Amino acid sequence: MTSAFSRRSLLDIQGLTKAEVERILDTSEVFLEVSRRPVRKVPTLRGKTVINLFYEASTRTRTSFELAGKRLSADVINMNVPASSVKKGETLQDTCRTLEAMHPDVVVIRHNASGAPNYVASKIHCSVINAGDGMHAHPTQALLDAFTIRREKGTIENLVVTIVGDIAHSRVARSNAHLLRLFGCEVRVVGPRTLLPAAVDSLGVRVFDRPEHALEGADVVMVLRIQSERLEGALLPSVREYARTFGIGPRTIEYAKPDAIVMHPGPMNRGVEIESTIADGERSVVLEQVEAGVAVRMALLYLFAGEAAEPPAVSEGG
Amino acid sequence: MAASHSPRLEGPGLFKHTQPNVARTPKVVLDADAIERSIRRIAVAILEATSGVEDLTLVGIRRGGDALSVRIANEIAQVEGKRPPVGTIDISLYRDDAATALPNPKIGPSEIRFDVSGRQVVLVDDVLHTGRTVRAAIECLQDHGRPARVWLAVLCDRGGRELPIAPDFVGRTIEVGPKARLDVWIDAAGPDRVVLTEGQ
Repeated sequence: MTSAFSRRSLLDIQGLTKAEVERILDTSEVFLEVSRRPVRKVPTLRGKTVINLFYEASTRTRTSFELAGKRLSADVINMNVPASSVKKGETLQDTCRTLEAMHPDVVVIRHNASGAPNYVASKIHCSVINAGDGMHAHPTQALLDAFTIRREKGTIENLVVTIVGDIAHSRVARSNAHLLRLFGCEVRVVGPRTLLPAAVDSLGVRVFDRPEHALEGADVVMVLRIQSERLEGALLPSVREYARTFGIGPRTIEYAKPDAIVMHPGPMNRGVEIESTIADGERSVVLEQVEAGVAVRMALLYLFAGEAAEPPAVSEGG
Repeated sequence: MAASHSPRLEGPGLFKHTQPNVARTPKVVLDADAIERSIRRIAVAILEATSGVEDLTLVGIRRGGDALSVRIANEIAQVEGKRPPVGTIDISLYRDDAATALPNPKIGPSEIRFDVSGRQVVLVDDVLHTGRTVRAAIECLQDHGRPARVWLAVLCDRGGRELPIAPDFVGRTIEVGPKARLDVWIDAAGPDRVVLTEGQ
């Protein structure tokens, strides 16, 4: 009767079914309500251990997971490993053994190497949640974006979503494209040629050169962060030129639908990829995304930390 | 499925070592009229105990108690001319086996759109059995505020308590064995009814 959430780990959006995504989003609604109560804590995961294993600095995502775990009464441990001290492979394997000995229920991992969470999941016998790996995937960001869209637009089905910025290096763009395609959205990407991925077709997206064209009739505008290391790598001529051409401001946003929402995974470079009038404007749902992030991560911890092997112990009408 | 190969299986009396299957047929123990009378009695008892609707609120425990709490509130409104506010709570996150049971796929948000602090709150559920749900509901309720007093109203008390919990308002006491099922149908398809299915 009780259909379990059979998945134990979340490594990528690819492979998730639409029903599973909807299940996660429905569960997240419950935890959004919990986060708005006078007492923002439930005893659900008391005695469970969540380890945040972060090889890449990320205050936001780590804080979001930490808060999610704590609001569920789990014990949350943060392990921040500076990337410079990491020798790939051997060290990660040793880390897995060490973690295993601590008997965690969920390991949340952020790593600068694509595929690191998959490696950890293959070595460790607990749930693993990918909190962003290299240029590969950032599934929890895609889920919280989908949750925000659903709350703002009422549905995710068949929307026109334009992703603006550094598509090539963005795990956020990749995971979002996969998720939105599940719901039949038209996903458009726009950015400098140097920042579009070589095999852009595999994402099932439409590629545009000019933001005006890409934004035409868009329901959702996702603005990505421009990272300074891309400038050093000479993939971008200058910040000013990028801002002038691809920065989302009052002029460019006019091309989108009047009720279009503007999203940004944060942290924002104001005046570069997004102008302050937009970031703080009526269309911006940036802070809603932050709130959604905690709710979605609570839902994932809740769905993963239960003992799937055991049947429910309580009968009806207890 | 092997019937065609062994026709003897179809004959009567083959399973005569088992009890006649009479007790396991579902039986309506409360019909719509009886439920209606129980709800009216609970409503009146609540009004007497809490002396009016001034600071009275009802909170139904999802998913059996929410329809019932609305019905009781309607009844109170008829008697007093004023309807107490009604909320719902989902106790899935507060179950004492939450960490070992499967995550509930039908978990819903708690909806209490009023401040419970300092008020009289009547928790409403359809069936009271082990008392574990009520314990969880009290804990959940306290995360929404600090009520002045919490009461418990149930349509059916089937006995079998595993915690020291007692109802304040009971529609009907139906003592049944631990294996029996007591299903309450209110505002569902078909007439309102309480159905008892005896276990083995």
